[in-house]
Amino acid sequence: MANAIKPDATRRDFLFVATGAAAAVGGVAAVWPFIDQMNPSSAVLAMASIEVDLSAIQAGQQVIFKWRGHPLFVRRRTPKEIAEARAVSLNDLVDRVARNANIAENAPASDENRVIKPEWLVLVGVCTHLGCTPTVSTPQSPQGSYGGWLCHCHGSDYDTAGRIRKGPAPQNLAVPPYAFTGPTKIKIG
Amino acid sequence: MAGHTKYVPGSAFTRWLDTRLPILRLANENLVTYPTPRNLNFWYTFGGILTFMLGIQMLTGIVLAMHYVPNGDLAFASVEQRIMREVNYGWLIRYIHSSGASMFFLAVYVHMFRGLYYGSYKAPREVLWILGVFIYLLMVMTAFFGYVLPWGQMSFWGATVITSLFSALDQVIPHLGTSITTWLWGDFAVGDATLNRFFSLHYLMPFVIAGVVGLHIWALHVPGNNNPLGIDAKGPQDFVPFHPYYTVKDAFYLVLFLIVYMAFVFYAPNFFGNPDNYIQANPLVTPPDIVPEWYLLPFYAMLRSVPQKLLGVIVMGGALVTLLFIPWLDSSKVRSCRFRPLMKQLFWIFAADCILLGYCGSQSADAAWNIVGIDLPLVWVARLATLYYFGFFWVLMPWVGRIEVTAPLPESIAQSVLARSVKTEDAE
Repeated sequence: MANAIKPDATRRDFLFVATGAAAAVGGVAAVWPFIDQMNPSSAVLAMASIEVDLSAIQAGQQVIFKWRGHPLFVRRRTPKEIAEARAVSLNDLVDRVARNANIAENAPASDENRVIKPEWLVLVGVCTHLGCTPTVSTPQSPQGSYGGWLCHCHGSDYDTAGRIRKGPAPQNLAVPPYAFTGPTKIKIG
Repeated sequence: MAGHTKYVPGSAFTRWLDTRLPILRLANENLVTYPTPRNLNFWYTFGGILTFMLGIQMLTGIVLAMHYVPNGDLAFASVEQRIMREVNYGWLIRYIHSSGASMFFLAVYVHMFRGLYYGSYKAPREVLWILGVFIYLLMVMTAFFGYVLPWGQMSFWGATVITSLFSALDQVIPHLGTSITTWLWGDFAVGDATLNRFFSLHYLMPFVIAGVVGLHIWALHVPGNNNPLGIDAKGPQDFVPFHPYYTVKDAFYLVLFLIVYMAFVFYAPNFFGNPDNYIQANPLVTPPDIVPEWYLLPFYAMLRSVPQKLLGVIVMGGALVTLLFIPWLDSSKVRSCRFRPLMKQLFWIFAADCILLGYCGSQSADAAWNIVGIDLPLVWVARLATLYYFGFFWVLMPWVGRIEVTAPLPESIAQSVLARSVKTEDAE
């Protein structure tokens, strides 16, 4: 058969190509374990979700929890802070995508799309520029010009919905996947 | 230079060995009889100093690894308590290693600027220069991995900021950057897994560097050394053998270098360090100002001067990649800046520009200079300095070579050296 297609191809040529192809595929397959071992191990993945009680948090206060090695911000917003965030037009935003893991990926970054209950703002406390922890703004110690958070590393300024307004950060602070398991209890991850 | 061979085995054993493994011949031809231009000055001693520093860092590093524990809970204590207080002379070996990193970079910057000034990157030494840039990049990576190991606040947050540079790729393909950072970290944040792999790589890299240094010296010994005049050596009258002339000269300046180095080790071991690194790593608290070690500050200033994340990363990476193209960016036929009046000035402005960038990088993100009552934000100073950095290589180097009127070159190295010694005799 082989001779019918290509008269000068021999059994030896076929074995040569087949062996080479098997070696190439095998070589690539052998590299994969060495690449994949760098990804999070099963022990790391097993620790990926936490449950927290919010009842002790006062209005205007932020509490930081640790989730997946990152700071997790839970801020109980005052009515004034909510009103400020809701007054912002989408056109004034740097990043117009909600970045909320609980809703559609391309949802607009309105304040409603950043929270489940308006009072509770839950965010991953990692600046989307280069990963520093932004500092919360309070009336006693204001940070930045938008009343939310200021990242001191490179000057990224976030508003009271955790949306980027000024500075090098490209995205709004991420809203992690979370759900209310009670009136003041949430499960993150 | 290739082709010279004066080695004659002296004994029956070396004759026997020479026909089986000519390693003594190799050593003799490269370290003893190797013909070296007779006019190399002080600035040419840093190659030897760098080789010495690589050896010191490897020796002290291997010892430190015997006592260090690469574990997120134990690393900080294994450095600050075990190595610094309990291990005999652990403090000394650690300070030799940590100050050594800074001295290594000091020496490599002198070495690089020397190459730039005397045009040592020009034909036929392009490969030599490129290998040197690779060594520098490997050094930067090694230093970064090493700085993370004491697991202080600056270690942790430096690692976070630098690895997060890859997350800029999210702007090219969604989730690509985040997948890469997770892969680099082995976790959802810098943590134990990250520390372990950085330790492993920090131990590996010096051996990779040593390998590339071998290629670098090989690539040097084929065309032979450049020299301060930047003209080719033409005959035996232009050369002296490497030993004893340059072994002794290198050794003398190595001693001076060691005096400065040991002054830091014994009297100011934390001079180059950051106090925040004496606080154990805390993933929930970012220090008010994250700054890299001094030797990376110019690149950090460039990163910060660009307000767009991906662009900032590209500018910083571009500043390093640019170095690879220098042999083809410089259009001048004359190598040494001694005979290039315009390039000489631009070179010194460039050197000052790098120092200015380093200064900008060391200041906080919102710092400003107050000049006659007007606030000049440092970020704008850094922007102008970044512009000069790129302009120097991509605009001035190609252009100046075409319009510059260079000074006449001497006939030969020997003639130039002898003319100078006659002049000094006349003056006396």
